[in-house]
Formats: sequence, C-alpha cells, structure tokens
Amino acid sequence: MVTLRTKELRRIHLTLDGKPVLARSGQTILDVARENDVYIPTLCYSDKLRPLGTCRMCLVEIEGTAMPVTSCTTPVSEGMVVHTDTANLDNLRRENLKLILTRHPYNCPSCDINGACELQDLVYRYDISHQDMHAYQIKPADFGETPWATPLITYHPRRCILCGRCVSACTEIAEVGVLAYKGRGSDTIIASTEPNEFGRECISCGECLASCPVDALVEANGQPKGKAWETKKVKTICTYCGTGCELILNVSGNKVTHVSPSRGGVNQGALCAKGRFGYDFINHKDRLRSPMIRRDGYWEEVNWDVALDYVADKFAAIKQREGADALAGLSSARCTNEENYLFQKLFRGVLGTNNVDHCARL
Amino acid sequence: MAGLAASFGSGAMTNTIAEIENTDVILVTGSNTTEGHPIIGRRIKRAVERRNAKLIVIDPRKIELVKFAHIWLRPLPGTEVAWINGMIHVILNEGLWAKDYVAKRTEGFEELCEAVASYTPERVEAISGIPAQELTRAARLYAEAPKAMILYAMGITQHSSGTDNVKALANLAMLCGKVGIEGGGLNPLRGQNNVQGACDMGALPNTLPGYQKVTDENVLASFQQAWGTGVRLSNRVGMASTDMTKAILQGTLRGLYIMGENPVMSDANASEARKAFEDIEFLVVQDIFLSETAQLADVVLPAASFAEKDGTFTNTERRVQRVRKAIEPPGQARADWEILADLAQRLAMRLQVNMPAAAGTGQSFGSWSYHDAEAIFNEAARLAPAYAGISYERLEQGGIQWPCPSKYHPGTPILHSQRFARGLGKFFGLEWNPPAEMPDEEYPFYLSTGRIRYHYHTGTMTRRSKGLNRIAPEGRIEINPQDAQPLGIVTGERVRVISRRGSVEARVRLTERSAPGMVFGTFHFSETPINQLTNDALDPVAKIPELKVCAVRVEKIKRAELAALQPAIAEMGVDAC
Repeated sequence: MVTLRTKELRRIHLTLDGKPVLARSGQTILDVARENDVYIPTLCYSDKLRPLGTCRMCLVEIEGTAMPVTSCTTPVSEGMVVHTDTANLDNLRRENLKLILTRHPYNCPSCDINGACELQDLVYRYDISHQDMHAYQIKPADFGETPWATPLITYHPRRCILCGRCVSACTEIAEVGVLAYKGRGSDTIIASTEPNEFGRECISCGECLASCPVDALVEANGQPKGKAWETKKVKTICTYCGTGCELILNVSGNKVTHVSPSRGGVNQGALCAKGRFGYDFINHKDRLRSPMIRRDGYWEEVNWDVALDYVADKFAAIKQREGADALAGLSSARCTNEENYLFQKLFRGVLGTNNVDHCARL
Repeated sequence: MAGLAASFGSGAMTNTIAEIENTDVILVTGSNTTEGHPIIGRRIKRAVERRNAKLIVIDPRKIELVKFAHIWLRPLPGTEVAWINGMIHVILNEGLWAKDYVAKRTEGFEELCEAVASYTPERVEAISGIPAQELTRAARLYAEAPKAMILYAMGITQHSSGTDNVKALANLAMLCGKVGIEGGGLNPLRGQNNVQGACDMGALPNTLPGYQKVTDENVLASFQQAWGTGVRLSNRVGMASTDMTKAILQGTLRGLYIMGENPVMSDANASEARKAFEDIEFLVVQDIFLSETAQLADVVLPAASFAEKDGTFTNTERRVQRVRKAIEPPGQARADWEILADLAQRLAMRLQVNMPAAAGTGQSFGSWSYHDAEAIFNEAARLAPAYAGISYERLEQGGIQWPCPSKYHPGTPILHSQRFARGLGKFFGLEWNPPAEMPDEEYPFYLSTGRIRYHYHTGTMTRRSKGLNRIAPEGRIEINPQDAQPLGIVTGERVRVISRRGSVEARVRLTERSAPGMVFGTFHFSETPINQLTNDALDPVAKIPELKVCAVRVEKIKRAELAALQPAIAEMGVDAC
C-alpha cells in the first residue's frame, strides 16, 4: 500500500458512511475505506503507485467542505465525517465516467482484456449504454499514426483514458522516467520524452503496459491474449538471469499467451523486457518434439524406448571398454535443482565418474 | 566461486538483493547490472535516487550505471588485482580499516599488508590508468561508509586471474569489516536462473550435493549407502567443462551427455569446441531446441521448458523458489528429470547396478522411480544439509534462503554474520599478473564480451522471441569514435574483427561506452559468434576462461567484398537501432 509520507504515526478517529472507524495518520480516505470493505470506485489508483488523483472516480463528500474531494489523495484527519455513497456522488461519478468514455471506444468484444478491464467493470456497474453516450457527441480526436511505440510495445491513443498510471510506473517502478503527457485537451496523448540531459531512454521493460487499466498499451506482437475467463494463471519463477523474479504465466489452452507481474518476490512485481516479453519461445514451432537419432548424417525420429536404449547401450559399452572416466556429463544451470541432483546422481551413482559439470563459468 | 570459498568458506552471495536499498555505499565492478540483471539494476538506481546511497562504479566500459555513479573509475581490462590492492593500500595507509573486526574474525593480515605495500596509488595509476586521486577517493568512500555492499559479476571472474580477483575483493571487504553485516557483503550476481542451484546440487566435478567433497571418504561412504546402487563412488575429482574439450581432442573422453547447454556458442575459442564435438565418439544432447551443439549430436532428446515442469530454482541470493508447471510439453517432449530417471533405469540394467524398489524409503534412495519432482527434492534435501529444512509445502509461502538446516528454521539472509563458514576469514597476499593476452602491434585492441538486456546467453530462447529479436536483431561491435575515425569506420558499417583464434564479421556501433583502445561484442548471436575470437586461457583454480580480455584487430570490409556479402546482409532485415 502506498501511503502518503508522514513523520509520526497517530491514531485517527473518523466516521465513514455513519460508522465510526479507526485509522492511522498518513492513510488516505481510500486506504481506510478499503480496509473497512467500503467500496469506492477507482480507475487511476494502483496500490503499486503513489496516488494520482487524475480519474476523479473516487470522489467522496466530507462534511463541512464545499466540494467533493478525491479520496485517493486526501489524507484522513481527526473527526472527519465522510460519505462515500450519496445520490450526488453517484451522479457525479456517472457523468465523469461518460466523459472518460468519450475517448474510449465501445468495442469490448474484440479487446484483449475483455472481462478483466477496470473501465468495463465501472461501465457495467454504472450501467452506461450507447444511448447515454449520445449526449456527448464529441468527435474523437484524430491521432493519426501511432504516436509512440517501441518494437515491443504499442500505444493506442483511442483507448487511452489518460489516467497517468503508465507515466508513474515508468518513474516509480521501472526507475526510467521517459513517459509524459503530451498535447492539450482532447488531443492529449502519452508519449516518450526526447532523450534529455540525463540521457534516459526507454528500455522496453513494459511496466507502463503492465500498469494500464484499459489495454491502451499492448504488446506489439499482435498475438491474442485469450479470454480472461478462460485463462489459467500460474505463478512461477523467470527462466532467464539469476535474479529469480516471480512472474505469472497466463495460459489459454496449452499456450502461454502472456506474462503478468506477480505482487511480490525479489522483484517486487517489476519485470524486465526478457521476463515480460521473452516467453514466446515456449510455443515456438522449432521446439523439439521427438527424440532423434542421427543415422548416416540424417535425423531419424524415434520413440523414447528406442532412443534411450540406444543411449544406454552406447554409454554402457564405452564404460565397459574404457572405464567410467571416458564418460562425462554437462548438466545445466538452466534446469531445476531436482534435475541437477539427478544428473550428478546418474553419473556418480550409476556410471561411477565425477566427470560432471555445468556452465557456471560462462 | 573458488575465490570466495577460499576466503570465506562459502562461495555464494553473502547478502540479499533487497539490502541494496538499505546500504550507504554500493560498489559495482565487472557487472553491467542494468543490462545483465535489469531488476537488480533497478534496485541500485532506487538506492541512489531514493535512499541517497553513494554508488562507485569501477568498469572499463561506460555502462548505464555510470550516470548514477558518484565515482566512476575506468581501469584497463585485466588490472583488477592491481587497483583492489591499491585501494587496500590507501585504506591501510590512512588507518581506515576495521581494526577490531580484523583482529577477531580474520587471519593472514600480515600477509596482506606485505603484499599490498608496493601498490601505491601512483603505481596503480601506471598499471591501470586510474588516476591516483580518484582511487584514493573511492577507497575512502568505501572504507568510511557504515554499510557498504560490493556487487560483481563475470567482469571479475572471467579472467585468467579470476580467482585472485575475487580473493582481492574479499580482502577489501573483510579489511573494512563489511562482511556479515546487513547492507554489506561481497555479492556475485549469478548470470543464469539456476547456477546457484546447479552448484548446490553437486553438478560440479569436485563436490557432491551440499558442497561435500568427493575426496572425503566419509562423505563418499554416506552417499554410497544412501544411493544403494552398489557402484563404488569415485574419489577422483572429475573434469571441469573447460577441460572436456581438450580431453575429447586427446581421445580420452569418448561419450558426452549435454543437458540444456550450448557450449559450441558459449565456450571460449568456440571453433576448437566445435571441432571437439564433431570428433567425439558419442554425443547426446537433451534440449528444447536443436541448438548449434545439438546439431552435432548423435542423439537428441526433446526436453520440457520451464513452463512445462515442476521443480525449484535457487536464485543468486541463495533463495530456493518453486517453479510450477503451466502447460504440457510439445509432442513427445518430457521433463529433464523424467528422461534422466528413465535412462538411469536402463543403464542400471545393462551395468548390473542395484535398483532398490521404492524411492525415499528409509535411508535408501537407490530407486529411480520418482513419482514427481517433489520426491526428488525431498531426497536431495536429505543429503544437502543447507536444504534440509526446505520442503515444497514451505515454499508455497515464498522462497527460502539457504542455509535452512531444519524444518522451523527461517532461512539465512546474511551469511558469515557470527563467524565465517570456514571459521576465520582468510586474507590472501596477491600479486597482479597481466592478462594472458595483451594488445600488441598486430592486434592493437582489447576485446571484451558481455550481454545486452534484450537477449540471453547464446540466444536459443530470446532469438526465437519475435519482439526481442525485433528490438535487437543483430550483434554489433562497439568501438570508441576516437578509434573508428583512423580506420574510416562509421556506425552501421561492417567490419571484420580478428584474433589469433578466429575472425568474425559484424556491423559496428560507435559509442563512448567503449573505452579508447577497446572493442566490445555480445555472444547472443550465431551470425556473429564472438567466442570464436576469445581466449580459452583458464584461471588455474576456477577453470574459468578469460572471456573478458583478449587482443584483436579491426578491419573495415572493402567495398568489393561487401558487394559479395549483400544477400547475407539483406537477410538480416532492417536495422532498428
């Protein structure tokens, strides 16, 4: 939870929708509401980022203040009386949501995150229909060519609701800080800044894309991600460098369709370009599918029995002819502990040689 | 890791990744962290930008972290022992060392003092090119910090003096009392997801699981009993991977089984490695792709990728973490452990080796009929003391850092906190020796190799990832503009890089990242197999090849030759950079 920074921690008493609740200084109204299972709608809020206060969905009323305030950016104070669910707020949120929707297309069925979209959830909750939108006949801005993209990330300005999560994520999570708002009014877009004096440049880590609530930032590979409700999520460890980042494989059918961040791990949910985008080798057409034996210079596909008997025959023959030390095994820093254990057990305990190593040195 | 083991008694990262954000000074050397370990690089940036940590970068290349560094020293490649000795010299001279710590927890201090006496900053400047004043500043900053962490990677170890380099860093860290404290330590960043685990599990020629020595008869006896196969375990230290190539060429090694590695691409002096694998009597390669090495095999066995099997990886900070099966492997492919267990049973039959019936019963682990990966893990954990308290059930709550000797032990984030694994920390008196090959008139440039953030190792996986391959489609040779000008080379031009062992053609990128007199290439691309150039001179102890320093010359490819190359260039696609 990202809370506002304070010097001391004090207990604070406030009233939330008529109920007395206890909070700690530094918490925002939204924090306290979530702790007490009181629903306040949000779009720009992410518990991985500092509060942004851009979407205006989380408005609440505080007795004694003239205007509603954004609950994600307002710290609690002693004796505060907060209302989160009034007819006025409902109206404001509804109208606000329609304004947000003037930028966002109504084509959910063909969207990758259909069923797992925070905006869609709110549209459903507030029951906003096409007819509702006729009141806002704003011609969508023409953004022309995709204004910003990397070979790994594509930006769709027509879907973007300008919440600013990606801008924050680029600074706060990725520690890169190259994204910014560009333009004014309905022409506003998210863009990469020119390389500045700090020489910062986009590293395509994809934190922006992972933080986007509406799929305006997507993977540039153009592959469908599978329906959210048919997707299985499997938490595992990245296969690349030694950092050991936790990540979630999203599986649809027997295919890994994308990688999403976990909440914890040594990486605190952050990922690099390889971890996030380097998964498509898994389902690559070049994967080996059958054991093969080379005969007269040609590969012959065989079944496991034939292949393993052949290997066993050859290894046994070499051992019997020249001793166990004429055999050696290169294990792998890419394989699991269990496999490395078995590999050395095989060479030591069955074949009888210590000629076992792996590629630690390279 | 032999250097760390000699100094401390354990060759693993002493502290945790998270502590990077809770220290005062970070010294990074021989690690291009933001490219090789981007998520650790991110921690370093956070430490500097949000926690006011001071960063010292010591690297011949102007890597990205230099932008965040308070002090950047640019030594000549292969001068590590000299500049580390120089820092120690300054610290001793100015009385900045941790006297109590040294007295209570270390031995060999006199030897150290004697060895570094001649390494005055001025002499170090002459050897390494680091200005004496700057070296002194860095030494003071490191020594005076309450907490300071050293991070290093292959830029330290891939030298013919790699073991000495690590011992020298260990000297520095112990002298300043920075080992065994939170936010301190000496931390090798491991390059591959499970190097740490492969070492822990005994995939090394000299140690059984848990770093128990194969030369210790008591250890052998206990494993012999546990495995119950009746095979007499060998007490002779086996061959290191880097010796295997030579043994094949000499005819003493006849059968080789390679699981999930691609040495034809990753070995130093790769053309010799290729010749060896072509010559060998019988080669089995078990992999997920038909890698450059698999293409030379007699038998290829299809394995499952990390997404298709259960198991555990142990990361660079000794954290054992669960890998979970998400999908089924393609075709007939099987998890590596299933293949190994199956093969073992077939071999046992032919070699008349005992195969006790049930796995994991009593003390006997001779059976190879494992029900799942967990059964194997439990067996390994019984035999490797540091893993004894870890189980799949516990790992569901998150990773555990070894040593974890018992069921309720929380794991160990910081090593050597009360005492060193070997008892007292040992100082070594070290002398600097130049790299095995230095630039000369014929080969005037240093060549160093490394990674870029979009690709991994020999590229077997990342080169097959569309997006990653689009963002970084080819291997470029990096050269300083100052050096490029006299050769008449501009960015994008094709050059030939030649060493005593081979030659490689690639396009160049002019960049200040490369120091004058130094070129850089990556080993990710089979089109530009940079390891055909590198030197296979080995560190005598760790058997690591000197991949980071060799001498090369750079030639511009002439226009006429280029015309002949056109079709090949067209095939490589549009340049995105």
